[in-house]
Amino acid sequence: MSADSISAVRNGEKVNLADLPPVAFDEFRETILSAVEAGAHLSALFGAIVPEAGSQRGRKAVDPGGLRLFAMLAREEEGTLTLTSTHIGDAYAALTPDCPQAHWFEREIAEQWGIRPDGHPWLKPIRFHHSYREGYDAWNRPAEISISPGVTDYFTMTGEEVHEVAVGPVHAGIIEPGHFRFQCHGEKVYHLEISLGYQHRGIERALIGGPNKRTIPGMETLAGDTTIGHTLAYCEAVESLAGCRVPARAQALRAIALELERLANHTGDLGALAGDVGYLPTASFCGRVRGDFLNLTALICGNRFGRGLVRPGGILFDFDDSRQAQFKERLEQGRKDVTNAVNLLWEAPSVRSRFENAGPVSRDTALGLGLVGVVARASGIERDVRAQFPSGIYRFAQIPVSLYHSGTVFARAHVRWMEIQRSLAFIFDQLKALPDGPVQAEIGPLAANHTVVSLTEGWRGEICHVALTDAAGKFAHYKVVDPSFHNWMGLAMALRDQQISDFPLCNKSFNLSYCGHDL
Amino acid sequence: MLKALLARAHQGHRTVGFPDRPPVLPDRLRGRPQIDSTKCPDGCHVCADVCPTDAIAVSEKGVQLDLGRCLFCPECERACPEGAIRFTTEHRLATSSRDALVLGEKEFQLAQALDKKSRKLFGRSLKLRQVSAGGCNGCEADVNVLNTVVFDLGRFGIQFVASPRHADGVLITGPVTRNMEAALRETYAAVPAPKLVIAVGACAISGGPYFGHAEQRNGAEGVLPVDLYVPGCPPHPITILEGLLRLLGRINSTCGNLPDMR
Repeated sequence: MSADSISAVRNGEKVNLADLPPVAFDEFRETILSAVEAGAHLSALFGAIVPEAGSQRGRKAVDPGGLRLFAMLAREEEGTLTLTSTHIGDAYAALTPDCPQAHWFEREIAEQWGIRPDGHPWLKPIRFHHSYREGYDAWNRPAEISISPGVTDYFTMTGEEVHEVAVGPVHAGIIEPGHFRFQCHGEKVYHLEISLGYQHRGIERALIGGPNKRTIPGMETLAGDTTIGHTLAYCEAVESLAGCRVPARAQALRAIALELERLANHTGDLGALAGDVGYLPTASFCGRVRGDFLNLTALICGNRFGRGLVRPGGILFDFDDSRQAQFKERLEQGRKDVTNAVNLLWEAPSVRSRFENAGPVSRDTALGLGLVGVVARASGIERDVRAQFPSGIYRFAQIPVSLYHSGTVFARAHVRWMEIQRSLAFIFDQLKALPDGPVQAEIGPLAANHTVVSLTEGWRGEICHVALTDAAGKFAHYKVVDPSFHNWMGLAMALRDQQISDFPLCNKSFNLSYCGHDL
Repeated sequence: MLKALLARAHQGHRTVGFPDRPPVLPDRLRGRPQIDSTKCPDGCHVCADVCPTDAIAVSEKGVQLDLGRCLFCPECERACPEGAIRFTTEHRLATSSRDALVLGEKEFQLAQALDKKSRKLFGRSLKLRQVSAGGCNGCEADVNVLNTVVFDLGRFGIQFVASPRHADGVLITGPVTRNMEAALRETYAAVPAPKLVIAVGACAISGGPYFGHAEQRNGAEGVLPVDLYVPGCPPHPITILEGLLRLLGRINSTCGNLPDMR
């Protein structure tokens, strides 16, 4: 490949679109395949209609309706990010047959832009909406028909005593909607197919033309349990585009908020896992301790999910000394309580026997599917944005990557527990030496005709935002990849050869976001 | 077993005293906003300009703030040069009608209890089916948390159930996405009458941050008849609990005036 075919970027580094010329499709494809072969994963693969570089200088844009594919590859071992793009017509040779982790991305591209990745082995909608481009539809559906969620082909299995179990979209608990189809023989699951899209709110599409006053609430609710993670990814993207330097104190407090979000959710997940195997003491204690951690976020900013805290340029609430003292005292109590509750879990043989061996995802499968976050680390993949592509305060304060090898429910629970302990230690460390100074800097307009990739490690895993600006410095396109987008397929694989009665347990061990996927 | 008992002793009794005692809330909680239009400089509408959901309208009658659209974000309070809008920690926000959510001219009317016949049916045992119709998992999480030992919803006879056939009503979160509309309608249809509809959060009331997006219905109202509105983004769990208890007639006094804090 030629030297200018790809652009090596850093997390949160803006790139002039003129320096990222689209390459020929074959080169684009080869870049992705060889990088993935060498151990990279696809952080994002998406279509966008963006102004051509130079078009703002009076020259006519090349085919204004022309679609461009962008790929963002992350290679943890080397800590390198690669951004590449190509122009695409109405069809192209699908990557999925050679690169399984492109599977979901290519379905998304087909659905959003109405182009066909030829040779895609299972080309179905993922969110069930009309294409973004009038007159284009990958399945040749007329524009006037209404598209019903979940109405599509599914894998089926035939044979004597084979049966299919369909669950959802409305599930038994207080949980978001999604549709699951299990192909079973007796108790044994041969395949689980997951069909989502019920939560599709059209956030990405509404971001175009921004930033404006509606942008932040959109970011804060992409996945509402990951308010800090997503809003931070967004803020770091626009701060880079605007050339804004965030004060050190704000960076530290943002990281504290991000780790608190992780603490609350991991604690809640361990409690819910305990509940799913009927171990009620830990379920009950962790359910409450989770709230104690959420209340610490509210102590900082008034909202349990951190809404209103993170804004471009810094944060909106300072953390005075008396508030810090109260915070530390309550965090210490939370540390004691969660330690007590979780240790109880590990000491219960009935819990161990249910966690171990359930829902395994092998390292090869996890690598092949490009899984991220807790799920990837529980399968032995060293993949953590905080360590490999650090931004903000994580460039100076490292958190060890928490790994386990077995890829089972136990592994995912254990990784969560390690991360709880490390997040606690990190927060206490940060509080010991919180930088002085302001918590907010002025932020100016965004650079025109630029792009930036912003990664953060949310509690579920890698959050990837890619912003592309037009000649006026407004968003020509804004792409969000929630960690759940990568990981839903992992859950489907974890269920293979498992008992269907273990589904709630396996599902909880992933605890993926529906709205984060559906956006 | 002994370890479990010791852990139980360590963790202690953690159920809140609410509603017998006032709730303990974060001092920075953005609860019900207080508006003092007399402070507004002539022609100023900066609060309305910054509001992400256009919840604020400024006219000669003063500032009106629609809690049904409000995300309780800090923007208007920060932007106001005169402190005419200020968030208080008042957690009581639930109302019985959509109009009652508009703060401004009239006295704020908190939710009224159900009529006597309905209270007889639901007052001591209310089973709800929760439906997330595009919710971001914020409201869902703060509804779910009512089941923990902290709020112990069961002590009020309120329970979330799996089947709509076992339910007395639906509790809706989310703006009602097009892709969830049919499922929501069917769930509601499956609940035996008489039945209640409770809309929790800005999304379920007005579409919230997604107001106007073609992919959703701007809340539950146009889809189902709503009996209780609980605003917030998300509402604090105590706000949701307070609304439910008020609906069941377990908390009286519908006067929602804030103490004068001028």
